[in-house]
Amino acid sequence: MKEIDIADLKRITELVKTKYNYDFTNYAMSSFKRRILRILEIHNLTVEELIKRLHESSFLDDFLNEITVNVTEMFRDPPFWRVLRDDIIPAILLNHQKIRIWHAGCSSGEEVFSMAILLKEMGILENVSVIATDLDTNILEVAKSGAYNLKNMELNEKNYIRYQGTSSLSKYYKEANGKAVLDKSLIENVSFRKHDLVKGEVFNKFDLILCRNVMIYFNQTLQNDVLRKFHESLFKYGYLAIGSKESLIWCDIASKFIVVNNEEKVYKKIKD
Amino acid sequence: MSRFKLNNRYKAVVIGGSAGSFQGIVKILSNLPQDFPLPIIMCLHRLKHVRNGFVEALSIKSIMEVTEPYDKENIKKGKVYLAPANYHLCIELGNYFSLSTEEMINNSRPAIDLTLGTAAYVYRDKLIGILLSGANRDGGLGMKYIKERGGLTIVQDPQECMIDTMPNAALSATTIDHVLKIDEIVEFFNELNKQYK
Repeated sequence: MKEIDIADLKRITELVKTKYNYDFTNYAMSSFKRRILRILEIHNLTVEELIKRLHESSFLDDFLNEITVNVTEMFRDPPFWRVLRDDIIPAILLNHQKIRIWHAGCSSGEEVFSMAILLKEMGILENVSVIATDLDTNILEVAKSGAYNLKNMELNEKNYIRYQGTSSLSKYYKEANGKAVLDKSLIENVSFRKHDLVKGEVFNKFDLILCRNVMIYFNQTLQNDVLRKFHESLFKYGYLAIGSKESLIWCDIASKFIVVNNEEKVYKKIKD
Repeated sequence: MSRFKLNNRYKAVVIGGSAGSFQGIVKILSNLPQDFPLPIIMCLHRLKHVRNGFVEALSIKSIMEVTEPYDKENIKKGKVYLAPANYHLCIELGNYFSLSTEEMINNSRPAIDLTLGTAAYVYRDKLIGILLSGANRDGGLGMKYIKERGGLTIVQDPQECMIDTMPNAALSATTIDHVLKIDEIVEFFNELNKQYK
């Protein structure tokens, strides 16, 4: 099994921090190490060669693209999406006519489209404004294009059926050039933006933030920082959804949230 | 002197398994000594979309409660942990878990190589790795890494396995300290337990 010294990892994070102002210092160690090893393998580089390449700013996008984990599904954890549809969104609608949603770390956009389909089937797609952000500009382009590998659609369709949508997932995409291309009208109200959860400022207030399986790549220091930003970015009584195996229990800010659904890890901000 | 020449230096046990391993796992967990002193970390191939049921089924049979850890959960002795569906389960320096949705490895998420490999990195020669029946080569590399780091390696006797691809992958990848039937693995756990009393 390949290894890389922690000292070399530190050299890489220092360089990227000073030269490009991206701070990976507080990324979780073992997954960050695997991502670096992956970059070395994909680009067939030694550590020294990687450091040399990182001095060229043209390599930065490739680096960011591989450092971030872009493995996602439409309607991953179907029961979670049912909870959104049946409990969370209706609860928000009681107080707000217009719903603001932030997909933080949206990756290739599968959850953005899942949300749009959910909202469309509820007949409220027009009442919602959505911001979807990611650190990686390449992956934001994939998200905007809504073009996914056809082989992934089998799993996506299974998830949609388990979610118990009112239609058929195939109604929302067409096949073109070996890809499944999602209906663009679904994302008319979505604004895709580059945003770094580590360095980025709080930029708006939301009723619902989705950040599922993103903070697992951060250490607890960074998780705490990011959760403070999410807290600040939520209206009072707004909702935060994280991955089903993530937990706020250990976080400094946990007392300002209550658990709305423990199985699906949906929290509600109750204190400013 | 027991046949396994054990001592009490170990800090954790990791178990990998796939097709045909369920009965063996159940037998091991249901025969564990009371107050077993080490954490047992299991990475078993399972259906990606079925989150519930598996851990409950194992818990019913197990002497110790089986849980699926949360991301960043501390690893405690005397607990049995199961890699959750559709996540990789890794062990971090500082003795806690991390979860990941990274690409599948050997067509698997959770991947046994990853759980075994990260455990070997953290626990070095204080780790025991056990690989059971399975129809895939996942786990072979992880066992190799455990051996390289000085840990103890055990596979289920291929002759007893419903499907022997997985233990054979480990046997061809590295030196395996013990090739055991499930009953002997149960005996091994009892011997190990005695070292800590």
